[in-house]
Amino acid sequence: MADAEKPRTPLLDELEKGPWPSFVTEMKKAAAKKGSAADLLRQLERSYENKRGHWKHGGIVGVKGYGGGVIGRYSDSPEEFPNVAEFHTFRINQPSGWFYTTEALRKLCDVWEKYGSGLTNFHGATGDIILLGAPTANLQPCFDELSDAGFDLGGSGSALRTPSACCGPARCEFACFDTLDLCHELTMAFQDQLHRPMWPYKFKIKISGCGNDCVAAVGRADFSVIGTWRDTIQIDQEAVQEYAGAGMDIRAVCEGCPTKAITWDEQKRQLSVNADECVRCMHCINQMPKALRPGRERGAAILVGGKAPIVHSPLMSWVIVPFIKVEPPYTEIKELLLKIWEWWDENAKTRERLGELIIRKGMRNFLKAVGLKPVPQMVHHPRANPFYFWDPEEVDLPKQALPEEVTS
Amino acid sequence: MPRTDIGPPKYSEMLPPVIKKNYGRWKYHEIPRPGVLKHVSESGDVLYSIRVGSPRLLSIDFLREICDLADKYSGGYLRFTSRHNVEFLVSEEDNVESLLAELEQRGLPVGGTGNSISNIVHTQGWVHCHTPATDASGIVKVVMDDLYEHFTHMDLPAKLRIALACCINMCGAVHCSDIAIVGVHRKPPKIDHDLFPKVSEIPTVVASCPTGAIKPVPKLKSVEVNEERCMYCGNCYTMSAAMQIIDPKTDGVAIFVGGKVSNARSGPMFSRLAIPYLPNNPPRWPEVAEAVRNLVQVWAKHARKGERMGEWINRIGWERFFKLTGIPFTEKHIDDFNYAMPTFRTTVNFKW
Repeated sequence: MADAEKPRTPLLDELEKGPWPSFVTEMKKAAAKKGSAADLLRQLERSYENKRGHWKHGGIVGVKGYGGGVIGRYSDSPEEFPNVAEFHTFRINQPSGWFYTTEALRKLCDVWEKYGSGLTNFHGATGDIILLGAPTANLQPCFDELSDAGFDLGGSGSALRTPSACCGPARCEFACFDTLDLCHELTMAFQDQLHRPMWPYKFKIKISGCGNDCVAAVGRADFSVIGTWRDTIQIDQEAVQEYAGAGMDIRAVCEGCPTKAITWDEQKRQLSVNADECVRCMHCINQMPKALRPGRERGAAILVGGKAPIVHSPLMSWVIVPFIKVEPPYTEIKELLLKIWEWWDENAKTRERLGELIIRKGMRNFLKAVGLKPVPQMVHHPRANPFYFWDPEEVDLPKQALPEEVTS
Repeated sequence: MPRTDIGPPKYSEMLPPVIKKNYGRWKYHEIPRPGVLKHVSESGDVLYSIRVGSPRLLSIDFLREICDLADKYSGGYLRFTSRHNVEFLVSEEDNVESLLAELEQRGLPVGGTGNSISNIVHTQGWVHCHTPATDASGIVKVVMDDLYEHFTHMDLPAKLRIALACCINMCGAVHCSDIAIVGVHRKPPKIDHDLFPKVSEIPTVVASCPTGAIKPVPKLKSVEVNEERCMYCGNCYTMSAAMQIIDPKTDGVAIFVGGKVSNARSGPMFSRLAIPYLPNNPPRWPEVAEAVRNLVQVWAKHARKGERMGEWINRIGWERFFKLTGIPFTEKHIDDFNYAMPTFRTTVNFKW
């Protein structure tokens, strides 16, 4: 591109200063090859001048056979920035755990060089690969070649959104189950729910291998699977002594334990754990990964209802299954999801997430609908108010039969 | 016809041989230096992950550049983290130093491990979103420039997770971050009554309002907003282009603090409001950079080793948080939305 055609971007140029790698530099690299990236840079400079975005509201585009996966985007100043008049985004389903061969990444780059702006996000907030900006006419041919390269669209709209998982057993000793495989298998099993929006709103699944929750499942997934274990932490006393010998303050580690379940005997140089008190929070394991490991009876907890603030407030996922073995073919988890979706789809208003619906309808109705029994692990504490429901059949029964019936 | 519903590439095809061999058999890890994780398997095999910060908005030139590096040093394998970092998966120890040297030469920051700031999770902002109250990439660049040494050094009391969302839709678990930077609108939507009937359904727009501030105006085939009840969430704008919520003069940024998703020690926590509003001041948002730096410095100075931002605040109390940070406490800080009541104090135990 001739110098005269280079976008003038005095404000954005300020963001090429400083040590952190600059997105403006990335945009300029793309702008040197593609008119759309150059106009994107010009339009962004305009946003920096007048402090507002310049994308039109909404816009529906797509490729054959799919109800989502491509986000329509149109400039609000197409005369001025004609090359971003249509600047749509592909969401491309990432491999579980975001592992890549360079061969696969290069294929993506080649397709995107041909049909798009040459700009990407690695990755979007949900976990997809984001290919940022292609005109309408390029969408179908671009998708065709992406499909040939082995990639498929992710979710958008009122659909299952692309599930994502932490690196799990591929690279982490804390993983309590195979996060990558569960993520892949759920994604494959629910392609229809992912690609053809037909629900009241979005539904997110996120999978973390331990309580450190590296994919923030608790904060933003309607269905959060978080690794845990049932038995006792495994301790390698020699490795504990090694940490102590290397100057680690083991007592300080014990002080961080929220239930004071671990104790350090300075004289015997022994660490012990009170299994009944341990809540498996990962604190001590994080501090001493060489010496401490999750127990052997491993699995996951399932939590539901997490979401960001829109519409009624942010919610964190809450426990509905405190422990479940997570083993292929994951039938129980798949069946639970289907039951949850059926109830949610039947009962929710437009744009009502699962968590908001459960709050509106009550946990009691939700648990009944999906066939889960109440257990104390589901709550911080029982209710303080005396306003609760009885089913008619419960109060019609002979009195001595009540307790068993209520708890079963 | 292309194949549809083929799903993502299978993860197992993307794993380097050392991972395939030791899948599920990793024994422990160490952090020999910032940005370098050393994982050791029960088999004795070792894997080094070299973590590199990226601007997330990447050109394919950048992707090809890191592919070249991966071909040269990590057998053609790499991954990305949940916080937009790149990780080179190096199985030969000899390659670690040479990769680090080449990364330094190319100006790519290595860090984000242990007690450091990891990369900032963020949204599209003015680059590609249609409802933003601020830009995303620009503020992130400025804040990471400002806190660069805390990415490359592990010198903080605990890990620090910063996230940015360009509006209160808060894509990306922003609401559970140590520091959450959030774009906010501050004025009720401006209704375009000519446009409204063409692009909107009255019931969905009315129902979209969490405070019940919108009601139909059948004569105009439009709606009106009870402006006293509007909290500027922009949900109605998502439902209708005729409910313009963006206002360049009054949009800006709020900062929430003390959230986390990890269960370690304390359970996951929401971020809570610290600063209700800072102006949009591109290109370098000096007020935002200054506010974030202050929060990090005060926390780093006062927290005990291992204490996340929220754990530190819970120990010292919010009243002391506002005192130490010098942030004014206002009526904005007292919740008056859906689940406000549990945030009111019901004891007479205070600090001063």
